[in-house]
Amino acid sequence: VVVAVVAFLLVKAADDLRQFVIVTLNGVTLAALYFVVASGFTLIFGLMRVVNMAHGSLYLLGGYFALKMQEAWFLEDTGLNLSLSGATDAEYGLMGWVIPLVLATLIIGFIGVGMQQVFLRWNQGQDLRQALITIALSVIMADQMLAAYGGISKDIAAPSSWPTSILLPGDVRFGFFRGVIVLGAALMIGLLLWLVIKRTRFGKIVRAGVDDRDMVSALGINVNLVFAGAFFIGAMLAGFGGVLGGTMISLAPGQDTAFLLNSLIVVIIGGMGSLGGAAIGAIALGLVDSYADVYLIFGDTDLTNYSILVTFALLVGVLAVRPLGLFGRPA
Amino acid sequence: VTPPSAGRLSWLAFAAVALLAALAPRLFDDFFINVILTKALWLGVAAASLIFLAAYGGMVSLGQLGLLGIAGMTYANLVMADGGSAAAWNPWLAVVAALVVTTVAGLGFGLIAARSEGIYFLMITLAFSVLVFYFFSQVTQLSGFGGVNNLDLPSILGSPEEDPVPRYYVTLVVALVVFVVLRGLSRTAFGLGLQGVRDEPARMRALGFDVLRHRTLAFALAAFVAGVAGVLSVWYNRRISPGSINLEWTINILIIAVIGGLYRLEGAWIGALTYALIDNYSRKWVPEVGNVLGPARFNTIIGLVFLIIVLLSPGGLVGIWEDVRDRFGGRRRRGGGTPTTTTAGPEGGPAPGTVN
Repeated sequence: VVVAVVAFLLVKAADDLRQFVIVTLNGVTLAALYFVVASGFTLIFGLMRVVNMAHGSLYLLGGYFALKMQEAWFLEDTGLNLSLSGATDAEYGLMGWVIPLVLATLIIGFIGVGMQQVFLRWNQGQDLRQALITIALSVIMADQMLAAYGGISKDIAAPSSWPTSILLPGDVRFGFFRGVIVLGAALMIGLLLWLVIKRTRFGKIVRAGVDDRDMVSALGINVNLVFAGAFFIGAMLAGFGGVLGGTMISLAPGQDTAFLLNSLIVVIIGGMGSLGGAAIGAIALGLVDSYADVYLIFGDTDLTNYSILVTFALLVGVLAVRPLGLFGRPA
Repeated sequence: VTPPSAGRLSWLAFAAVALLAALAPRLFDDFFINVILTKALWLGVAAASLIFLAAYGGMVSLGQLGLLGIAGMTYANLVMADGGSAAAWNPWLAVVAALVVTTVAGLGFGLIAARSEGIYFLMITLAFSVLVFYFFSQVTQLSGFGGVNNLDLPSILGSPEEDPVPRYYVTLVVALVVFVVLRGLSRTAFGLGLQGVRDEPARMRALGFDVLRHRTLAFALAAFVAGVAGVLSVWYNRRISPGSINLEWTINILIIAVIGGLYRLEGAWIGALTYALIDNYSRKWVPEVGNVLGPARFNTIIGLVFLIIVLLSPGGLVGIWEDVRDRFGGRRRRGGGTPTTTTAGPEGGPAPGTVN
């Protein structure tokens, strides 16, 4: 099947190389965003066996926080605010994007820790109950976000000084933010997480904790502190992803669901608790999503409507061969 | 193990509830019959398919709403309707087709999902449900642009807009049959095997039971029940759109099951009734607190109720009731049968002997 798919894509690529490059870039950048969000989800799960069903809500909340900060503090009065579209043509400096990004990310991190300390700490080990609690929190958060921020989709503005697109060899134009910032951020986060996990004492404890939590705490390490730290980082990644996603795509009710589902699929494919798995899963999902959206046209029959089935087939295919995901290990 | 007397008493209670439900049209007005009771009955069937899997199989599934949606969409596309493919089949034939399609889909998906356990199972079934939702939102040939509306109903339901009572009775009978069959199933060889698989998969495997087959068949059976709920739901709503099978509703079914009690079949309808009551009447008594609370913030209310139940009593309302009964009703105290629902194991699976 894989060979057939690759052959099919090669034929399509030879057909129209420019389109193929753009579609691939779309898939890779989407994968970058998926990876940022899903890596937080998988980090929390790997260490604590907590399935944070509110991860998508943290993503969306992070985006909304950044949006509100940007609008409240950095909206420069251009004097002639006559356009009907309102804030869309406002100018923002570099700081008008970076400061909301940093603050929103930190705030979401603290919200995540608060959530863990108040609701999850005392029932550590009851994974189903914890999942139910985070589901309840996500229901409440989704409703409150709808009340506070409304149902209309909104964007975070990228700094006005950044170019809107870049020119790649072969006369391909691609969005600057999407292609450079999101991809760069994902690579940086991947590298940073890898360094932290492989090279620091905290990472050592996390790795040991994934394998055997009881032994780690028996060695005199304050597991609660490590758990709180991991939840902080995991939630921060969701918030960071929310700001990136809010700039790259948009913020709207339902995005929380979409990103919870994306994170779920990514970690189910890659194997829960594995960072490398999250990267592979994100790339698989991102590429499959964007190829299926474009290339499911056979002659006159347009099957792009059914592209979700390809995603589903990917999930089922991986699970049929490896029930715990590509890099999953039994708990 | 339940002493015989307790068994007889619960059947007595069941008969009393059934009788009360049968007399309901004489006691309540049409609005209450339709909007509260009929709705609670079909929601209860949907929740029962979830609880059946959780209680007997130890599998908490979020895929039931996806299956319900498949059944509802199949029925909606096969009968005469506005939107969809509108094939104008006989409604009963469409019911049969919907149930067959749903059961086959459940069997196929069960083959994949049954290999995973616990929290993995929860996530995989959630992904399934959401994918079903995205499928129907994308494929507008099947879901219409504004949903599929004005579905043709079997003549036995009469015209519910004028007289909702026939539909109420049909829904009631179906719900009772579902309850009795699912409960009776726990005493069969398959049911006992399934409960063995729930508690001790490794030992059951060593005894020669096919664990995977038990779990897969249980999933297919629950898919059938979810299909029944799907047909009842489109009979109730007379329409279906992707919005009625989205994540919110996936979670709602879970909320209903958890509020009622995840480990007791009767919890399904208790939870559904509670849900329908809160749904209708909370808008009247909930105070308006700025943007945060108020008539429009129903999801916040139901989320809070859900949160409180999960924090306080994993056994739901049934668990609370059993707790209270065992604490004050010394006469009904059983030897080893303390309320196991509230002391569910860390994996969320009920202790042995919970289901009786």
